[in-house]
Amino acid sequence: MNDSLDVREETALRFFGNISTSISHEIKNVLAIINENAGLLEDYNLMAEKGIPLNPERIKTLAETVMTQIRRADGLVKNMNKFAHSVDEASKTVDLREILELVVALSSRFAAIRGVGLELQPSSSAVSILSSPFFLENLIWLVLDFAMNATGNGKIVGLFAEKKEDGARVIFTQLDALGKAQKDEFPTEREKSLLHILNAEISLDHRAGQIFIDLPTEITL
Amino acid sequence: MNERVLLLDDEKDFVEAMAERMRARGMEVTAITSPSEALKRVREESYDVIVMDFMMPEIDGLEAIKELKRINPDLQIILLTGYATMEKKIEAKNLGATDLVEKPADIDTLTDKIRKTHEKSETLLH
Repeated sequence: MNDSLDVREETALRFFGNISTSISHEIKNVLAIINENAGLLEDYNLMAEKGIPLNPERIKTLAETVMTQIRRADGLVKNMNKFAHSVDEASKTVDLREILELVVALSSRFAAIRGVGLELQPSSSAVSILSSPFFLENLIWLVLDFAMNATGNGKIVGLFAEKKEDGARVIFTQLDALGKAQKDEFPTEREKSLLHILNAEISLDHRAGQIFIDLPTEITL
Repeated sequence: MNERVLLLDDEKDFVEAMAERMRARGMEVTAITSPSEALKRVREESYDVIVMDFMMPEIDGLEAIKELKRINPDLQIILLTGYATMEKKIEAKNLGATDLVEKPADIDTLTDKIRKTHEKSETLLH
């Protein structure tokens, strides 16, 4: 086992752990809201037993809140399931737009805690490549994590995918403080280990405030 | 005297429902969703206890405890959290957090803790 493999394994495990922790926190938050609203219904019921009339509008609002939270939890679990399935196959044909959508959804809590908005810009057509879904998600997540520290006052990271002649490109935009954010080495050993396995390259344009990940049309693992 | 509680969590649907249940149990509750608003309120008004989420936008939970204790050293802090590592729990206690309650919280356990925390601080102050 060489050093690069160790870094990659640790990076992948850390990614899996961070995403699992984040999703479980979100689910706990949803459960807490449902718990409080169910508790309120219980309180109203106790009050009704003592002769205080129920307010139908209030009951309707509570039911709507619970249904909203159930839809939220369903979305979280769907994304978690998609993410868990990314390790099913070492490599497969993926649409980069769908990978970006998933990473943005999985990163929304991290972004919210840092007060950063994520803007996924639509691509006109599918951006299909043969790659490793899991390592690709991991690399985009790490670059996004770095990009969130480079937004400056705008506090927005824009992302989109585009097809190139010899592959595909993921572009992170609106990084007004990119020069300031890059005090330390970037990409670090973590990103480098993933770039190596994905046969990809990262480049930074400090003036335009953009980061590019260039990916080949296909890789073999 | 009713306990004066500042309830802080960035989930609006959570704070509103919990505040209503706490009020039904005899507490004076101000429910807010912004940490910076919480710091402003603690500077300007008097609260016995703040019940707050540990992980929120704007400010790290540990930083928030430090700042709240700097503004009002007598303020009792009860943390609400989905999960917290043992290290975070110890650090939070060392910084002055009184207690930590896991979400989803049982309202009667939480209100008991608020009352006991308030009684203890009253005893120490008088």
